[in-house]
Amino acid sequence: MTAEAAVKYVTEIPEEEVKRVAEWINTEEYKEKNFARQALVINPPHACQPLGAELAAHGFEGTLPFVHGSQGCASYYRSTLNRHFREPAPAVSDSMTEDGAVFGGQNNLHEALENAYTIYKPKMMAIFTSCMPEIIGDDLTAFIKNARNKECVPQDFPLPYANTPSFNGSHIHGYDAMLLSILQTLTEGKQVEGRCTGKLNLIPGFDANTGNYREYKRILKEFGIPYTMLADISETFDSPLDGTYRTYPGGTKLDDAADSINGKATLTLGPYATAKTFTWIKDNFSGKHVSMPTPFGVEKTDALLLKLSELFGKPVPESLKAERGRAVDAITDAHQYIHGKKFALYGDPDYLMGYVSFLLEVGAKPYHILCSKGTKKVEKELQALLDSSQDGKDGKIYINKDLWHMRSLLMTDPVDAIIGDTHGKFAARDANIPLFRFGFPNFDRVNLHRYPLIGYQGVINMMTTICNKFIEIRDETCEERHFEMMR
Amino acid sequence: MSNAIKKIEGITKESTQEMIDKALEVYPEKAKKKRVPHLAPNDGVSACVKSNRKTVPGVMSARGCAYAGAKGVVWGPIRDMVHVSHGPVGCGWYSWGTRRNLMTGINGVNQFAMQFTSDFQEKDIVYGGDKKLKTLLQEAHELFPLAKGISVLSECPVGLIGDDINSVAKQSSKELDIPIIPCNCEGFRGVSQSLGHHISNDTIRDHIIGTREFAEPETPYDIALIGDYNIGGDVWSVKPLLEEIGLNVKAVWTGDGELEKIAATHKVKLNIIHCYRSMNYMCRVMEEKYGIPWLEFNFFGPTKIRESLRAIAERFDDKIKENVERVIAKYDPIMQAVIDEYRPRLEGKKVMLYVGGLRPRHTVNAYADLGMVVVGSGYEFAHGDDYERTSPEMPEATVIYDDASEHELEEFVNTLRPDLVGSGIKEKYLFQKMGVPFRQMHSWDYSGPYHAYNGFPIFARDVDMAVNSPTWKLVKSPF
Repeated sequence: MTAEAAVKYVTEIPEEEVKRVAEWINTEEYKEKNFARQALVINPPHACQPLGAELAAHGFEGTLPFVHGSQGCASYYRSTLNRHFREPAPAVSDSMTEDGAVFGGQNNLHEALENAYTIYKPKMMAIFTSCMPEIIGDDLTAFIKNARNKECVPQDFPLPYANTPSFNGSHIHGYDAMLLSILQTLTEGKQVEGRCTGKLNLIPGFDANTGNYREYKRILKEFGIPYTMLADISETFDSPLDGTYRTYPGGTKLDDAADSINGKATLTLGPYATAKTFTWIKDNFSGKHVSMPTPFGVEKTDALLLKLSELFGKPVPESLKAERGRAVDAITDAHQYIHGKKFALYGDPDYLMGYVSFLLEVGAKPYHILCSKGTKKVEKELQALLDSSQDGKDGKIYINKDLWHMRSLLMTDPVDAIIGDTHGKFAARDANIPLFRFGFPNFDRVNLHRYPLIGYQGVINMMTTICNKFIEIRDETCEERHFEMMR
Repeated sequence: MSNAIKKIEGITKESTQEMIDKALEVYPEKAKKKRVPHLAPNDGVSACVKSNRKTVPGVMSARGCAYAGAKGVVWGPIRDMVHVSHGPVGCGWYSWGTRRNLMTGINGVNQFAMQFTSDFQEKDIVYGGDKKLKTLLQEAHELFPLAKGISVLSECPVGLIGDDINSVAKQSSKELDIPIIPCNCEGFRGVSQSLGHHISNDTIRDHIIGTREFAEPETPYDIALIGDYNIGGDVWSVKPLLEEIGLNVKAVWTGDGELEKIAATHKVKLNIIHCYRSMNYMCRVMEEKYGIPWLEFNFFGPTKIRESLRAIAERFDDKIKENVERVIAKYDPIMQAVIDEYRPRLEGKKVMLYVGGLRPRHTVNAYADLGMVVVGSGYEFAHGDDYERTSPEMPEATVIYDDASEHELEEFVNTLRPDLVGSGIKEKYLFQKMGVPFRQMHSWDYSGPYHAYNGFPIFARDVDMAVNSPTWKLVKSPF
């Protein structure tokens, strides 16, 4: 071969080749190939554990989330929360670099604790790990003990920590781990024999909708039930703009969190995101303990209200009964626009259960149900939900699949709409169907996190959003002679 | 000639130093000592601050990591390649589409603005991920047959457990007959995203450059556009302008870039570089190895565009020089109309900047074109040569900050009370809560382009929109 012949030139891919592949990726054949994937993950809709840990940490008064690991990780978690909530998310990292990899991260941790404590004056620092210290095996228990002895922080300063390796589970597991550690730390030695606060401890789980938190509080207020909302991010990520920046604008009061161990009852909503926390609470908290699904839809909200009524011996207030009636009115008025429509769904287990439940009770069909980080238990529970209704019988569940799998499903076996988060927009566009952003994160629409999805108000919000979109599509695409005043 | 204001009333070396000292008061002694060299009043001539040092642990830094520099900046924007985030799921997920480097082509067919990851699990950490990587590369090649290559960007665990992605890439590259580029950009390396740029440049040097040639005949006007990442479509504004003056833009690094064209860049006559920080390394390599000269330019605002176009023309013949004058004459009135519209609304307004690779100095004159003055500037991950280039652009004695912490920025904003802060997403809402207008200057705040003549009207509109939004008047409640 001559030297000249060896030259490789820049080549363009022929148009017809692009066209051929563009068509091919929409076929059954491609779907099969796509589903045969063993190692490659494409467009997964879940993040890693520490993100969830940071969200939980932001839910407590004066708490500074503290990332033990590379600084880039902290930067990513903060940016993600900034983008979703369009709010500040103050957090620090101890910026481990190569020398940390060799000598361990203790020096970084100590220096960072002292600096962060002095500069940002937190009431608590919630420490969680990213990959690096998890792999080199940093012993946080020892490091923290040493930090106190070195007076990096005062002896009694609360420093809950959680191991949140990114190569295990997802953001909801990190949330659980951090919340558990915070509660363990704050409640230690606070249990008082015979004391009952009379309050309900409410734990919403990994929930990035500030409207939901407010809605829970409103419901409890209507009931007249005193409560402590644990990991309350509603003020942290929905703080007023009044010309003053506050590093810690919200969160559960630390004293209230500490006293939660003497509560009258503890209710976790979002069992998958609070599994470990709930198990520990059952063994350690006074009062009654109940774990229930996230109250999406009328039935799950009914169940919540009945449970509250039972726990506190109070009847469901008239105002909430009226609200229920209004919600039922709203969905009955609108059901014709959603009835029989097929939906693709993806997201965290707790949210997925809620979507399925809601869709089934308004006459829609949950069809492709995809959980990118799920278990047999998730699958079984979803299947039981589907089996509970005629409209669920065609529904198919895909566990540990990603949004590129979802795309194949949408192209080969189409549906009318998707429910998910911002990341679904590419698949939705290819399939030419609407995407309803009820999950996390939502980067490309404004203010959605302020609209509750839980409770009866959530039922109205979801129904209104979905049905009006279908009506809009009809208006935008119908022939002129079918463009009508009334829909 | 630069029209930047060189002195600002009320700002002296002493007043700026006093502000710096006050910001540092809250730090413990050791941290203060570390931060002191990174904050200084501008002396107009030198890199007056130290840079490219480790971040002080426990301060709110805006910095990212080497992986972020490699994935988000250098490799990620190349449109016809699959970029694999090798390691746990998070890094890829967080960097997915968030830098707004737009791309042409069909997603998943001949363009891959997607998130590919090996999604490491515990067993991969224990047994290593090499085998998984090999399978993954095969799968990517089968599912995306038009992908021209694959980059493998390693996340922290890969380096820590000692996986040899280089040998897997080499072997798979041979078997699949496409370029597979291993990039050891683990996040713990170095002090910021800057090392990620450098490492990525080295991989381009070692694996890509010189492996292709352009099929069409060479001309004296063949150039490459280096260090433009097509944020909000910047490249789509710059490339046509360069073509309008008669140059052939043969390759773009790397916004909306194509692998093979990048591989053939060693055949161009001149490299022109926008983001010096992220890509000067490769310009130097091409200069040394292939004798290609390079030139820095700045396409923010008419003053700098004019200066830059003329500087570029100097490297070519009369034809290009004439074209440049014609183009300047054509756009000047259009730019003047923009200035006439916005300058009266923005005259004398103060700006503070804190961004990444080039914007803390490149945009200073664009603000000046609108009658605004930059009273503070700094970088997340710059080096000494960046500050040397910044100092002459900034007014005397204004504050320069390197790897500023959120606390320092807050103090400076409180003291200087700027009318606009231009920084990143992590700073945005903090300053807006303070009632200070803000634009994200990494991402153009979901707008753009800001580069070149098409970009300036958008830049001006956005700055005006931020500064003069009636919403700010509502911040103070009447009760």
